[in-house]
Amino acid sequence: MTGPGGHSDTAYLLDSAGPAAPPRDNGELVFAAPWESRAFGLALALHDAGRIDWEDFRRSLVAVIDTWQAAHPDGEGWSYYECWLRSLELVVDSKGLVGAADLRARLDALASRPAGHDHGNDHGHDHE
Amino acid sequence: MTSAPEHLDPALRVEALASLLAERGLVDEATVETFIKTYEQSVGPMNGAKVVAKAWTDPDYRARLLADGTAAIAELGFKGPQGEHIVVLENTPAVHHVVVCTLCSCYPWPVLGLPPSWYKDPAYRARVVREPRRVLSEFGLDLGDEVEIRVHDSSSEVRYMVLPERPAGTEGATQEELAALVTRDAMVGVAKVASP
Repeated sequence: MTGPGGHSDTAYLLDSAGPAAPPRDNGELVFAAPWESRAFGLALALHDAGRIDWEDFRRSLVAVIDTWQAAHPDGEGWSYYECWLRSLELVVDSKGLVGAADLRARLDALASRPAGHDHGNDHGHDHE
Repeated sequence: MTSAPEHLDPALRVEALASLLAERGLVDEATVETFIKTYEQSVGPMNGAKVVAKAWTDPDYRARLLADGTAAIAELGFKGPQGEHIVVLENTPAVHHVVVCTLCSCYPWPVLGLPPSWYKDPAYRARVVREPRRVLSEFGLDLGDEVEIRVHDSSSEVRYMVLPERPAGTEGATQEELAALVTRDAMVGVAKVASP
């Protein structure tokens, strides 16, 4: 495995010059998946709207990362944006914006959607 | 199912969270999209490269940049989140600076954009503090023993950017030509700027 976190394994560092290299310039990919960019954008938009304090979010992120690292000393399965998303879930819960139970209920509703079908109990999905 | 949400598909979790936030009027979808586009397309290391090129060619600007990074960077129009307290560190033949955020991923967004994955990786965050010379060597940067390496830990209070050494053979270059040589890695301190 050459995944991130392998302590004496240098492959992930050399990756900075390979095909999996992170962006160097404009217009290149900065997010690995659409959900990552969305999690990023949601946090910034919440901060921009004055709904969350950035320092609260950062502190939460530090704690989530620390917990993850303590539970995964080999670094296997690391995902920065999963930590970011978890921090966001915790902060919106603690601010009373979206409680954990409400989020859980919405998750269950979304997860039970018939495959390839976007209606049913998904009332929140009326994008233009 | 009673598993904790962190074991569920993150795409689904983001969708659930986004739909609730939108229904409650807490975020505006257009704002979310604007932030994503901005950091995907408009804010990135080319901003920092312009700062570096100006510092290389304008001694007064260089002095201002080293004295108050945030203000000098704002002169070029680069400001915004994560750019409030930028400190610029000047590399010299004797001292090489390299930047990390050991706790999370603090990074000077207005000049460098969002951090690359290796910068956020637990291995880089832990190892560059313990064995910087070796980590730099893995990046392809072999510094002689006579060069002092200083590792700087970015935080919410201070975000660091490295002012790399101007490479040889660029005496007559314009600011634009110089900016094209400057890489993100050089401004984090894991590389030098190569001669053209």
